[in-house]
Amino acid sequence: MKSVALHSRLTSVLLKSFTLLLFFAFSVSSYSQDVDEARQKEGKKLFKSLCASCHKLDKKLVGPALGGVEERRENSWLKSWIKNNAAFQKVNADAAEAALYSATAMNAFPQLSDKNIDDVLYYTTVGEILKKPVAGEAGVTTQVLAPSGAPEWLIYFLAAAIVVAFLMIASLLKQVSELKGNKKPEIQSNLRRDLQELWIGVKKNTFIKVLATIFVLLVGAYFVFGTLYSVGIDQGYQPIQPIAFSHKIHSGENKIDCQYCHSSAKHSKHSGIPSVNVCMNCHKAIAEVAEGTEIQWNGMTYGKEQLDQEIAKVYEAAGWDAENLAYTGDEKPIKWVRIHNLPDFAYYNHAQHVTVGGVKCQKCHGPVEEMDEMYQYSPLTMGWCINCHRETNVDLKGNDYYAKIHEQLADKYGVEKVTIAQLGGLECGKCHY
Amino acid sequence: MASSKKYWKSVEELKGSSVVETLNKNEFVENIATDDFLGDKETLENSSTTRRDFLKYVGFTTAAASLAACEGPVVKSIPYVVKPNDIIAGVPDWYATSMADGYDFANILVKTREGRPIQIMPNKEANGTTSARVQAAVLSLYDEKLRLKEPTKNGTAISWGAADKEITQKLNDLKEAGKQVVLLTGTMASPSTDKVVNEFLITYPNAKHVIYDAISEAGALDAFQATYGKRALPNYKLENAETIVSFGADFLGDFHGGFEKAYVNGRKPETGKMSYHVQLESNMSLTGANADKRITAKPSDLVFGLINLYNAITKEGVASKATPLDVEIQKIAKTLRKAGSKGVVMTGINDVNAQLISLAINKALNSEILDPKNSLNIRQGNFNQVQELVSDMKSGKVGGILAINVDPSYSLPNATEFSEALKNVDLKVALSVENNATVDAMDYALPAPHFLESWGDTHFSEGNYGLIQPTIQPLFKTRQIQDTLLKWSGNTTFYYDYLKFFWGTDVLEGSSWNKALHNGFYQKTIAVTEASVESPATVSIADAARILKTITTPSAMELSLYTKTGLGDGKQANNPWLQEFPDPITRASWDNYLTMSIPDARALGFSNPVKDNGAINGDYAKVSVNGKEVVVPVMIQPGQANGSVGLALGFGKTFGLKEEMQVGVNAYPLYKGGNSIQYNVAIEKVVGTHKFACTQVQKTIAGRHDILKVASLKEYKNVDPKDHHHGWNKPAYVSYDHKEVEANTIDLWDEHNRDIGHHFNLSIDLTSCTGCGACVVACHAENNVPVVGKNEVRIGRDMHWLRIDRYYSSKVETRAEAKELGLGIAETYQVLETEAENPEVTFQPMMCQHCNHAPCETVCPVAATTHGRQGQNQMTYNRCVGTRYCANNCPYRVRRFNWFSYANNNEFDFNMNNEYGKMVLNPDVVVRSRGVMEKCSMCIQMTQATILKAKKEGRKVNTDEFETACSSACTTGALVFGDVNNKEDEVAALAEDKRAYNVLDYLQTKPNVVYQVKVRNTNEA
Repeated sequence: MKSVALHSRLTSVLLKSFTLLLFFAFSVSSYSQDVDEARQKEGKKLFKSLCASCHKLDKKLVGPALGGVEERRENSWLKSWIKNNAAFQKVNADAAEAALYSATAMNAFPQLSDKNIDDVLYYTTVGEILKKPVAGEAGVTTQVLAPSGAPEWLIYFLAAAIVVAFLMIASLLKQVSELKGNKKPEIQSNLRRDLQELWIGVKKNTFIKVLATIFVLLVGAYFVFGTLYSVGIDQGYQPIQPIAFSHKIHSGENKIDCQYCHSSAKHSKHSGIPSVNVCMNCHKAIAEVAEGTEIQWNGMTYGKEQLDQEIAKVYEAAGWDAENLAYTGDEKPIKWVRIHNLPDFAYYNHAQHVTVGGVKCQKCHGPVEEMDEMYQYSPLTMGWCINCHRETNVDLKGNDYYAKIHEQLADKYGVEKVTIAQLGGLECGKCHY
Repeated sequence: MASSKKYWKSVEELKGSSVVETLNKNEFVENIATDDFLGDKETLENSSTTRRDFLKYVGFTTAAASLAACEGPVVKSIPYVVKPNDIIAGVPDWYATSMADGYDFANILVKTREGRPIQIMPNKEANGTTSARVQAAVLSLYDEKLRLKEPTKNGTAISWGAADKEITQKLNDLKEAGKQVVLLTGTMASPSTDKVVNEFLITYPNAKHVIYDAISEAGALDAFQATYGKRALPNYKLENAETIVSFGADFLGDFHGGFEKAYVNGRKPETGKMSYHVQLESNMSLTGANADKRITAKPSDLVFGLINLYNAITKEGVASKATPLDVEIQKIAKTLRKAGSKGVVMTGINDVNAQLISLAINKALNSEILDPKNSLNIRQGNFNQVQELVSDMKSGKVGGILAINVDPSYSLPNATEFSEALKNVDLKVALSVENNATVDAMDYALPAPHFLESWGDTHFSEGNYGLIQPTIQPLFKTRQIQDTLLKWSGNTTFYYDYLKFFWGTDVLEGSSWNKALHNGFYQKTIAVTEASVESPATVSIADAARILKTITTPSAMELSLYTKTGLGDGKQANNPWLQEFPDPITRASWDNYLTMSIPDARALGFSNPVKDNGAINGDYAKVSVNGKEVVVPVMIQPGQANGSVGLALGFGKTFGLKEEMQVGVNAYPLYKGGNSIQYNVAIEKVVGTHKFACTQVQKTIAGRHDILKVASLKEYKNVDPKDHHHGWNKPAYVSYDHKEVEANTIDLWDEHNRDIGHHFNLSIDLTSCTGCGACVVACHAENNVPVVGKNEVRIGRDMHWLRIDRYYSSKVETRAEAKELGLGIAETYQVLETEAENPEVTFQPMMCQHCNHAPCETVCPVAATTHGRQGQNQMTYNRCVGTRYCANNCPYRVRRFNWFSYANNNEFDFNMNNEYGKMVLNPDVVVRSRGVMEKCSMCIQMTQATILKAKKEGRKVNTDEFETACSSACTTGALVFGDVNNKEDEVAALAEDKRAYNVLDYLQTKPNVVYQVKVRNTNEA
């Protein structure tokens, strides 16, 4: 039931996003066969590097939307404006008026040649190049993840319970039929008789009985231990977050450094969830995702429409009025759900590992750049920590702190490399206080 | 000779009480009471829970607990919307600021985590010191029970705007009617606030500023004014002193405060010079405990003794009276004359005449120690003006009163009279941080921010200016008092701008504001000319002595009121850290009591029986003075002068306090005339038994010897410390193969290799330790040590990781010695007791010794306590199963067991049981759960943080960068922490010093805590 509902919702989402996609395709986009792709590419490159922090094609940002700007202004006017708008304002009344658009003055770009500017303007005219959509393509990507259900062990347990119940019913039925007076049916085949004799033989043999009991107990203990051991280990923990934030888009596709957002990892014990103002560094200019962006989130595929709504949630948290491009001051902190939880009695310090040890984030957090939805990759058990401390060599060179220790160790044992464990990294008090 | 000396902690112990003997042997005094309920058949049978029901409950709760454990809680993480630049989650920020709450004044550093202050440390750059109270003040910030949260009018909330409008209206009405308005404040010692107050006084010419200190120093202030022309307290350069004579001035405790650093700097045996300190006093004070020579005297004898000393020094003959002290006084006079300008006399007698005489003696000595130029501004109260205010209110002269952070309804001797008179006042406004009885009696209660939330400045001594800056956003709807007063004076400037402008023009002398704010203080050159220091009018000492003689009425029993190191004047009575802080002398917490000498107690029939669980009981006494009566428990105090009793002020506060904190008896009604000495005291035993929470017979070190080593300065200089016969720091000898060998030559354990990396040692100088206890509270704050409450402390379950043991010793030490003298049993008692009447006192901070060969580690069945390579004995709480074997095997008795869960437990309703109080917890240290052992960790979180900082910056750890909470809190430098593998580190030299020894060294536990032998200047020729 649930999966059907989910499926239909997904389909509708996909259809909607597809129509939207078509709509935009006709507004400021062109199909590849009509445009000079090389020129468009050149213009796009310049636009992204120089203009995009203040301008968009279809929306106003700090400056006005630039899609089809050549229809509104003459080419020569635009060139003069772009090269040095301040000087141009002095000689052109129209330009002086245009400068009133925003309190922020536009930079001068004297380095751009006429050709450069023409390329940029070309790009503003033709916009993005879209491949012709192939019918049915969108539907293929639909993938419905199985809703996470009961844990495995429970299923095994229930199955075992059902088998036992069946056996009990069967034996009850047999007894009932025997009580009713039905005699045991005659033994028909030799095989059956042999089996029955074997069973009787086994029943009489105490050794085999003891062996069987031990076996059953051991198997039972194995499963009980395994079950109990996994209590409190949240490997794979993937709670539902308030905002569908995809690490894959940010870290994987856009190659944003982990520590751009998690900046305290290099200074502090906490890696730190970035404050909303860090999001706004980029998202002030990025109100929507690119066409065709999709992520897998909580078993559903989120397309552009949903993702744009997610960005709107960031704006709401930051108190950013996307219409008027101003902060309202009405801030609502985002309540993320913490994934990696260590117990209070364990002390862990990110800076020690990131700054001093030079450990890559992925070592513990897994391929975050491939995760749309973040989950706990490592078990975060003490055994897991200890293991790494046993195996990892400490780079004693290049850090003056270790200089003397290295000298003394080399002097004493003639060793070049020591593990963290050998430096005292297994002592209880190093993590428990 | 150090090692044969017997040290004892209580009178009971000296008597050889069997109970104390048993207590010595038992680590856990309280048996688990299984026999009580299992042996009681009747109760068992009458119980409504049958065995089957019981099993059902057990089964259900186990199942429920297991089920609950399967599902982890969902933890929310809420980042800032806009992160402040200087806050990095997980990294502490330190701010330099000052504390000035009207009683305690200090230049401090505040440690904040994620915008919450969690610890106060002395600002050593500014010469700042902290006491237990200053350390604990950070917890008072989070006192949600007592702090005022919003402006109220007669109990109902009112907006600031409305309150401003109504009050200014009334103030103007009163101005037109010409009725007096009184601004009643404590000592603020804030020049900018003085200016704000002046503006107010100019706007309302009918207004008057009255300063009220709960503990009056008016006598000293007036005497200083009469002699030097300024109403301030004299400052003393004790570091240069050769001879210090103090007549009841507890200058290491609460007399003016802040002298311990200078005092200890003048007493460094390494320099070969130590000041000689004689203390004459009635109560056993912290200062007396530290003195080289302590002379007990009744208060009246102190007064006449002081006059006699004046006569002896100046050879004058002003009016006086002979006292039993006179022989000693002559000796003191001789010593003082010898010291000449390096000698100083102080007195704690709060009487203008006594103070005049004391100043005159110093003048006669030409004392350089008394520094009149750098006078202290930290007490400005005028007791007479306050009394005048009460009578003015009574007669209806006063139309309005603005009470600012004062509580006269609690702390005035005539508090009821004040409260009655208050009813005659039209406009009653309280501006206060905390709610109290006075605030409650006012019409308007306007909340003020705590000093950790405020802007402000201080002016403690003539040259020392300090700044106060906020370290947290205001928790409640508070407004600074200065802002309020400015507003009411019609000045629209914000106080912050006002302060900055004021400092720019009046203080900084062109220096940078930002720099001063960063440092927290500004040292100004004192521009006082000699002429202005000297008073125009000459003071007649003969007159002073005459008056003094008439007002001093010696009587059979005299009372000395004093303030305790923990609670002071009672401002922070709702602070659980201070309530649980054991008094340095009596080792009692959660109480005040009448201290009484041993003979007086015997004569009046008082006793302090020790119960078999280590708890002490006491009898009640009815104390009547000047028609006022209080009933207090009696604590027998060795060293109390015969014919005198002592009682601490600052207790018995009830208004608004948590029930647990409403302890002790309010002694302020006896504080007549703001004079701590009261004559004609009647004491009568009344029925009832008081249960003390006193740790003095608990945690004794199993009767073992060589805990303390003390030498005289002469011995220190002339005798080889290791001399077999006369050595004062002899190594321990043990018998091995029937031969006596040095204990450190044989060992049960294999030696650890400690050459590589850090190896931490803590050195504790018993000469420098004054026993002030700032370290005890610092340890509480740093390590989230729980408060357990009076009943638990009583039965020896206190959780202090660091305690300061107080040992008494006297000349005839042991019963064996008495036997040698051929004394019978009865005579032995008598001799021992007489000696016990004025014993020598030695303080010894005691915490986990971090033994390299730790007895606790060997016996732990689960390896929860293990040894670190850096020297720490590490305690892994999550591994501990609570067998308590370790505590049983610890010869130092420093391990503490969590009998209960002290956090989130209504039975222990202290700071860990409310949302505000929890904000003071140190996030780097776990809050321990029930059933585990805990103990001093040598602040491993701090050493780890220091190491990490160095690693991140790719450098070696600097010398003296390593600190523990106790060592950074220690003002006198008694506690020094560091790395002995770094030869440049101070502690490396200290560990090898000739004074260095380990406690119980014959056990060969090889502790990483090193003690330095206490050296006393016995002033032998």
